[in-house]
Amino acid sequence: MWSFLFKRLLHMIPLLLGVSLLTFLLMAMAPGDYFTALSQNPQISPETIANLKAKFHLGQPWYVQYFYWLKNILHGEFGYSMAYKIPATALIFERLWNTFLLSFFAMIIAWGIAIPLGIWAAVKKDSWADRGCSLVAFVGLSVPDVLLALLALWFAAATGWFPVGGAQSPIHDLLTPMQQFWDCAYHLILPALVLAAADLAGIMRRMRSCLLDTLRAEYVTAARARGLGEGWVIYKHALRNAINPLLTIFGYSLAALLSGAFIVENIMAWPGLGRLTIEAFFAKDSYLVVDCVVMATALLVVGNFIADLMLAWSDPRIRLK
Amino acid sequence: MESTPPNLNPIALSPWQIFWQRLKRRRIAMIGGVILIGLYLISLFAGFVAPYTHDRLDRDRFFHPPTRPQLEGFHLVVPRYEQQPGNFIYHAVQGDTQPIRFFVHGEKYKLFGLIPASIHLFGTGDDKYPVYLLGTDQFGRDVFSRLLYGSQISLSIGVIGILLSFTFGLIIGGISGYFSGATDTVIMRLCELIMSVPALYLIISLRATFPPSMTSAQIYAMIIVILSFIGWAGMARVIRGMTLSLREQQFILAARALGQSDFKIIVRHILPNTFSYVIVAATLSVPYYILGEVVLSFLGVGIQEPSASWGLMLNAAQNTEYLKNYPWLLAPGAAIFVTVLAFNFLGDGLRDAADTKSI
Repeated sequence: MWSFLFKRLLHMIPLLLGVSLLTFLLMAMAPGDYFTALSQNPQISPETIANLKAKFHLGQPWYVQYFYWLKNILHGEFGYSMAYKIPATALIFERLWNTFLLSFFAMIIAWGIAIPLGIWAAVKKDSWADRGCSLVAFVGLSVPDVLLALLALWFAAATGWFPVGGAQSPIHDLLTPMQQFWDCAYHLILPALVLAAADLAGIMRRMRSCLLDTLRAEYVTAARARGLGEGWVIYKHALRNAINPLLTIFGYSLAALLSGAFIVENIMAWPGLGRLTIEAFFAKDSYLVVDCVVMATALLVVGNFIADLMLAWSDPRIRLK
Repeated sequence: MESTPPNLNPIALSPWQIFWQRLKRRRIAMIGGVILIGLYLISLFAGFVAPYTHDRLDRDRFFHPPTRPQLEGFHLVVPRYEQQPGNFIYHAVQGDTQPIRFFVHGEKYKLFGLIPASIHLFGTGDDKYPVYLLGTDQFGRDVFSRLLYGSQISLSIGVIGILLSFTFGLIIGGISGYFSGATDTVIMRLCELIMSVPALYLIISLRATFPPSMTSAQIYAMIIVILSFIGWAGMARVIRGMTLSLREQQFILAARALGQSDFKIIVRHILPNTFSYVIVAATLSVPYYILGEVVLSFLGVGIQEPSASWGLMLNAAQNTEYLKNYPWLLAPGAAIFVTVLAFNFLGDGLRDAADTKSI
């Protein structure tokens, strides 16, 4: 068990290095940098720009820049955001926390609704409930995140029940801690619901088909033949085995969730990593883009690692391998 | 004397015929297919079906609401709309109407981008009585016409992107599985690398490598390249897995014993065996490419004005003030939804039809 976990953990290091190298290479190929626009400004002398460029090692070849960047990362620093003019570390972690918060709550909502619905649809196979769920899932799978987020925005603007974008109200700093908490929750609800709705349908369909597969297994027939109650058969025998394949799709759904969060953040003005990436992209703040991509990948890789942990915990065959 | 058993069809059905028969029985898949054929046909003849061109500005009618055709006697007529002074609220003028005519002369366009023409499927032929089926946008352009012109970009990117990335995925996956060893390791690590970055973050960093301003044709090609660069990895991984098991089968050994080249074995014997999977996967993946274009254009780094694409058109709907008062700007969202739904219907049916294990 421990060697399995250790191996998985070690595997993450070359992956993150590779991703950072790839993004760095891509950003190095990008035409122009943050100072290209500044050099058009007659108020800034060419010497100042040259000094700044030297400070950020922008004149040097990309692999030299990469080693400087890597050195900083190993010291726990994400460099300096040229566009925001503040150290990137605080910025990145604040945005990462927001994206995590959004994704985490969306995940809880999605799995919390999808699993019971999937079980219900499988148990009542071919009933109107099952058909209804299937139809809703099919429609849900086809609604693009962009449209869903825009509809939510429209809903918020038309009814005024929810804030139109943002993560906190302007007076947030003046509130008591308790009010601050409710303020955050109030801003989080709508984006999290949109993100969850996009994820829900896939998980529900998967849960249904997994449970149907296990219900066909011979040990289920055996359990029924021994006269066990239907509830006992489903929840004690079938469901436990049906959960396993679902844990494997946890990783995939996480990737979709992060991409979905990127869209929702940008439309609903949620100050997360995806929004920061776009802002940094337009400002040509290339180090910040690399930081964002690496952090998003890290979030995904850690999520997959947790999925593996859960799988190893629930399935002894993996633990013993 | 031997007699042939009765009721035996002398001609066995080919695998494709069996596939087709199974598919025909799935009504939802057929509905999806018919919708898609319709959408692609309309997009092909967009210039003819659209009453206006995609960049025609009507400076007197910003945010014109959708025109409601009425039945007057045996004629479909459209009323004239009058604007309230000072804001974008329009009212239909009762009694002041013009009939909708078919095959009417209008603005010049090029059919298929080649043949110059000026006949439109419908219209009034009078600029005072416009037919804006889905209203106009913030520049006074007809949303319906832009939707049709936009479909040319949005719908074709999906198909071309799939063709490109799946061709690469098939060949690279086939090579990786067939040769195994170091080649396999390198290719598979690269796939893992690409797949471990959340797609949109990778798309944005890829976008950064291209100059910010390009011609529409260049942007179109760029979007396809970016989406294909990300798409091939998942395909290659699955094809590699299938190749690994196919490689051990007897007919491959026979081909090798006959002295066929490695390349020929991969292309002629291994890859055709993966086709049923590939077709299903391709149909189910087209929506991701369409959505990729939508998101890029929506974020302002894809197709640029005045060209039309579904993502770009949705960009206008991001403004909550517009969204609240002029909800018809969301029409491209509905078009995306219908297209994705149709692809999912068809793909699901194809998967069931290709799954020979069930009956």
